[in-house]
Amino acid sequence: MTRIVGIDLGTTNSLIAYMKDGQPYVVPDRHGRTMVPSVVALTDNGLIVGDSAKEHLTRSPERTVYSVKRFMGKGLVDVQDELAYFPYQLTETGGVIRIRLGEKSYSPPQVSAMVLKELKRRVEAYLGESISQAVITVPAYFNDSQRQATKDAGLIAGLEVLRIINEPTAASLAYGLQEKTQGTIAVYDFGGGTFDISILKLKDGIFEVLATNGDTHLGGDDLDRLLVDLFIGQVQQQHRINLSEYPDHMQAVRLEAERAKIRLSDDLKVAITIELPDGKGHFTRELTREQLESLALPVIERTLAPCRMALKDAGLTPKDIDEVVLVGGSTRMPLVRQRVEALFGKAPHCHLNPDEVVALGAAVQADILSGGTTHMLLLDVTPLSLGIETMGGVMSSLIRRNTTIPASAKEMFTTYVDGQTGVDIHILQGERELVKDNRSLARFRLKVPPLPAGVPRIEVTFLIDANGILNVTATDMRTGQSQSIEVKPSYGLSDVEVERMIEDSFKFAADDVNARKLIEARLDAETLLKTTEKSLVEAGHLIAVDEAQGIRNALSQLATVKDSTDPRAIRARMAELEQAAKHLNVVMLDDSLKKSLQGKKVTEVT
Amino acid sequence: MDQHTPESPRTRGLQMARSMCWHCQSAVTGEYFCERCVKVQPVSKETDYFTCLGFPRRLTLDQKKLEAKFYELSRTFHPDFYQTKSSAEQTISLGNAAVLNTAYRTLRDPIQRAEYLLCLEAGSVKNIRTSPPADLFEEILELQDTLEAYRSSDRDSQKGRELRVALETEQRALDQRKQEMEAQLQRLFTEWDQLQDRGEATSQARAERDRLLKQMRDLLSNRTYVTSIVNDLAATIA
Ligand SMILES: Nc1ncnc2c1ncn2[C@@H]1O[C@H](COP(=O)(O)OP(=O)(O)OP(=O)(O)O)[C@@H](O)[C@H]1O
Ligand SMILES: [Mg+2]
Repeated sequence: MTRIVGIDLGTTNSLIAYMKDGQPYVVPDRHGRTMVPSVVALTDNGLIVGDSAKEHLTRSPERTVYSVKRFMGKGLVDVQDELAYFPYQLTETGGVIRIRLGEKSYSPPQVSAMVLKELKRRVEAYLGESISQAVITVPAYFNDSQRQATKDAGLIAGLEVLRIINEPTAASLAYGLQEKTQGTIAVYDFGGGTFDISILKLKDGIFEVLATNGDTHLGGDDLDRLLVDLFIGQVQQQHRINLSEYPDHMQAVRLEAERAKIRLSDDLKVAITIELPDGKGHFTRELTREQLESLALPVIERTLAPCRMALKDAGLTPKDIDEVVLVGGSTRMPLVRQRVEALFGKAPHCHLNPDEVVALGAAVQADILSGGTTHMLLLDVTPLSLGIETMGGVMSSLIRRNTTIPASAKEMFTTYVDGQTGVDIHILQGERELVKDNRSLARFRLKVPPLPAGVPRIEVTFLIDANGILNVTATDMRTGQSQSIEVKPSYGLSDVEVERMIEDSFKFAADDVNARKLIEARLDAETLLKTTEKSLVEAGHLIAVDEAQGIRNALSQLATVKDSTDPRAIRARMAELEQAAKHLNVVMLDDSLKKSLQGKKVTEVT
Repeated sequence: MDQHTPESPRTRGLQMARSMCWHCQSAVTGEYFCERCVKVQPVSKETDYFTCLGFPRRLTLDQKKLEAKFYELSRTFHPDFYQTKSSAEQTISLGNAAVLNTAYRTLRDPIQRAEYLLCLEAGSVKNIRTSPPADLFEEILELQDTLEAYRSSDRDSQKGRELRVALETEQRALDQRKQEMEAQLQRLFTEWDQLQDRGEATSQARAERDRLLKQMRDLLSNRTYVTSIVNDLAATIA
């Protein structure tokens, strides 16, 4: 059976996990790091992703994309308020945000696909097998467009997305697998860009979600911004410099803010240093945990209302919750833990690594789908009510929020005018009365045979599948004929566009691979240069003069070729240098062995 | 949005004649699966929620048993367990799981369960009340006036505070009223179940049946009306 992997596609970090012998594992890189920063940078040699891209945040901010998850399934109007915080350029085409990177524009699913491809490469290299199917997690409170955008990202990355599952419920699967508990749990997931709360009942291997709530625009990013605003204001006051006019400095400020925030989870104070533009020196100050907390409190408080709503929808009170599970990097903040503890009246459970638990749960779900794990079953809910527009701009609800999925609703449509051949249907998601206050998902036109008014009877079925994604079908009740429906998403890519992006992604795949090889070659070359230089300094006197000269020549040749764009040339020079320095290394090893043996008794050596 | 209509396994004739397997065309004798080819069978459109969950048409149900049955059937039909099966089977499992979820949601809640049963027995849609029930008429008209006055008053003024106190008192009274209605409904539910259990076919039993159905329907619609007023009230003074 082919292996299905689990992916946590995060705002800040992404992870990939797989299942082996009934246990999930996260895939590390060669340095043992499991998190891939969700950052994509355009360099002179092409697109790069992850840790190496993260280094470009301050070097070329306008060509380095981060937090792209905030734009999934959105139009430009949705992010108007925060445009100023992003150094890269955002535009919109066909209701979909586009991100400018050099000459080209990319939709958020395309950028996410680059992160997914990086993860795919990582797992393929690690397991030595090719991977084509995945389970990808999304915030529980993601709407239909955001879920669809995530599915599109998978397709563009060459992955068949077998299931979209919710992050907090994924976490509950990993938790349930380990703790084997029964009872009612609350999963509080506070990450980089989103907040979710899910309340579940765990019983005999069934994970039944009772209610979910959240805010897809609330996370650690918002805390960083508060600090950024604070620092910028002070720099303005003390130095009369408007840092927001300097994109690369802004990025440095953002990174410094995040670093300080993270430090303050362990320490009580931290020193802040921000380099000022044009050689005007530095801005320095001290930040205490207390100061951070007084800024952060309102943001953290905003997570509590959704928690109360979820409890109410589940028909529970805090004391009915047996365990509170924390997920997401931002739950490391002591203040977050305090507030959560105060709300639920019990200390939260933090035995699981909050960074990895979502990816681990996604792998468990993948294993359920492939038939490996059979005793566990997740019954999730749809986070938002689904409805259609009716007379007077009012939304009529068809499927209520917190309904277990798959869920379906049928609605009968007819005509008002003789000979009318179509009925326009507008699908919405949200909890408000009026159409304008809810999220428009899509529109479609129902084809109706020309008949006297009121005679046609077309039954439309709205089905939310196990991914939380809507499918619409229609049947003419008079003829029993079903009709296919061309749905036009309000904030999403059309099928044709996704197709084209898949093609593009294959076309550019070669370029991408080259860019990646180049970066790896350069990094390796740098390491080799450094270690060989060090060896020469330490042990150069132990080898012949012309041998040392040979090594120096090879060194300088590698140093020159290192910045070329041809990874093969770099590797070739590296091989030459390694060859030239082979003897030196042997001599060094002997020498250090000899030194370590000196002064020791013979008996100790044998 | 999924722009492809999910492939339909030509279920048309099937829903009317579930006795034949959609796959191997042999007679289906098993409950949910064809015994010959072991393919899952679509739940018939005509199957009511009680039958779907294997419960008699009663208004008092054992919640624990209902949940256990729901979990058992979820394990039978959930799409997670059909990922490796044919697309026809996947579509059937998706449809069945959706019906199962609706059935469980409806039967789990006593009020929804009763409304559904009324719909099955009396074949009519919910009768939606737009004017207050007779015995509450005066009270509710007065309440509307108070609400109006409160909405247009300064909430921190003496008058605002007085109105608020009045509204809170009224809220308690209506809540109390709602509970009484629910208790009364519960008695009717028990009567209904007993009548069903006796299973008599006399004209007296039929008259009793019609009386119960009518009383339940009136009470249910009054309760819905009061509930919406209470919610409105709670939202205003929240
Ligand atoms: N020790 C810490 N103290 C406070 N915040 C932290 C700490 N460690 C990480 N964070 C914050 O956690 C966030 C990242 O968390 P995480 O990796 O869970 O998010 P994500 O999964 O990428 O985002 P999301 O789930 O919202 O899409 C960042 O905002 C980061 O600054
Ligand atoms: Mg996350």
